[in-house]
Amino acid sequence: MDVIAQGVGELFMDPDADKARAAFRQKSRKWDNKVMSVKEAVERFVHDGEYLAFGGFGCNRIPAAAAHEIVRQGKKNMGFAGNTSTIDFEILCAGEVFNRCDLAYVIALEARGLSPMARRYMESGKVKICEWTNYSLAVRFKAASAGVSFYPARDMMGTDSFKYSAAKMIECPYTGTNYVLLPALYPDIAVIHVHEADIYGNCRIRGITMSDYDIARASKRVIITCERLISTEEIRNDPNSTIIPFWCVDAVCEVPYGSYPGNMCGEYYSDELHIKEWLKVEKEGGKNPEVLKKFLDEQIFSCQDHFEYIQKNGGMAKMQALRQKELLLNGAK
Amino acid sequence: MTDYNMMEMMICSASRELEDGSTVGVGTGAPCAAAMLAQKLYSPNLIIIFEAGGSSPIIPEMPISVGDSRTTWKAISASGMCEVMEMGCRGQIDYTFLGGAEIDMYGNLNSTMVGTDYYHPKVRLPGSGGANDFASFCWKMMVMTPQTTKRFVEKVSYCTTPGWLSGGDSRAKTGLPKGVGPYKILTNMAILDFEPESKRMRVIALNHGYSFRDVQDNCGFELLQAKKLTENHPPTKEELRILREEIDPFRYVIGR
Repeated sequence: MDVIAQGVGELFMDPDADKARAAFRQKSRKWDNKVMSVKEAVERFVHDGEYLAFGGFGCNRIPAAAAHEIVRQGKKNMGFAGNTSTIDFEILCAGEVFNRCDLAYVIALEARGLSPMARRYMESGKVKICEWTNYSLAVRFKAASAGVSFYPARDMMGTDSFKYSAAKMIECPYTGTNYVLLPALYPDIAVIHVHEADIYGNCRIRGITMSDYDIARASKRVIITCERLISTEEIRNDPNSTIIPFWCVDAVCEVPYGSYPGNMCGEYYSDELHIKEWLKVEKEGGKNPEVLKKFLDEQIFSCQDHFEYIQKNGGMAKMQALRQKELLLNGAK
Repeated sequence: MTDYNMMEMMICSASRELEDGSTVGVGTGAPCAAAMLAQKLYSPNLIIIFEAGGSSPIIPEMPISVGDSRTTWKAISASGMCEVMEMGCRGQIDYTFLGGAEIDMYGNLNSTMVGTDYYHPKVRLPGSGGANDFASFCWKMMVMTPQTTKRFVEKVSYCTTPGWLSGGDSRAKTGLPKGVGPYKILTNMAILDFEPESKRMRVIALNHGYSFRDVQDNCGFELLQAKKLTENHPPTKEELRILREEIDPFRYVIGR
């Protein structure tokens, strides 16, 4: 198969499947209790310079608590997969955590408009970019999850999205049709927020799974944050509901409201007023950096943990209101 | 005459394009509002698909994100990006509705950057998201966008999402699925399609109160004109009522 064309983008991670196999071979299969605090999980498993992936999509089921902790611990020079990453991306930009990004959709917060802080960081020249699309990044995780070095797909062709990616194009040996080949993406570390997990890391998710089935399997290390711990017996009673099996997981952190201010399907809706406040302060921060610094100090750096952050933004009363809104109860809008 | 704004006109116009029983992949904002309006008024069996995994929901109120829990409300399935895009790649998604900062005469879209140098953009935009993928796979791509010279440009600064590329049979030669491409463009002034041979943008209908000249004056390239231009009627009272009261009571989209 000859390569017909290829993108000029930089490949940040080695797609070699045998190297990945060697790493996965070392991964523990023991039934260890992996429960720990978010602080400890980030200290032990997230390292400067490594490549990071987050679960969720947009503002939904994002590992917000872990993102804050990564920023608080001052992690730097990381790679990041920006696969419709919005509020979590904004948080990482606040800490200038990453300096290279596989990018499919960032900066904007979908219907809410753009994050001025994320845009400033992405236009600063501090971040190397390789361009992708949402599906092509998802396929890259899927290839890694399958333990191969690439997968074929039929998007991107003919566009600048291909030109500035690190994809290659070949002719199908069966049909003669052109295909793009998308290189497997094996992140060093992934953080995924889920609804329920047992102490070993068997996980359940409600609502969209996005790419998290594949990200959990593709990543060399995985931190799970969960709304609540459940028993392993409960997992065994309904094996069809297990989205992530424990042998993929390195740490389990119970963090109720761990996606806040994002949405958590069936649990709580996103806190639109708080998200708006962030965007407003970020905009002011363009003219007056002190305003933004003070806000981030208050919201992230001075917080001991996620509970303190939630406490500062309305506490249990806010969570109750967001739950009612999520479930459309009591006339909540 | 009923009062309405530009966004309401485009959404109502778009809602009439989706026939009952078809499948449509939509993005947030106006495209989603159009699909919801279609489902409530014209096409009760419309199957709305969201890229993050929400499939065929009965949407209770406007989702803010294409992955939020409104996209799986009473849905038939909650899956993921690959499941949805594979449905498209197999040929089971009929329409997609997209937007973009720039569009050119062949329907190529830019949502990545503005400027002349990719590495030093004047403005960095969000990127493709699922737009390139939906446009590659879904049989008929439609775009909703205001008719301005800033948006309708001779050549997009960056081709994020494929239209008919450089026209003629250029798209067919790339390897993208055959028979797929831009179908209609819905603006506040007109409905446009693509001339079958050259694949150049062509005005086929004018919205109430606009002339071909108005459309051309608000377009950065020369438009073709269908032999007979029809008139696209303004939003009906019923369309506006549902849109304002049931779909977007907080005016997230129609208040823009």
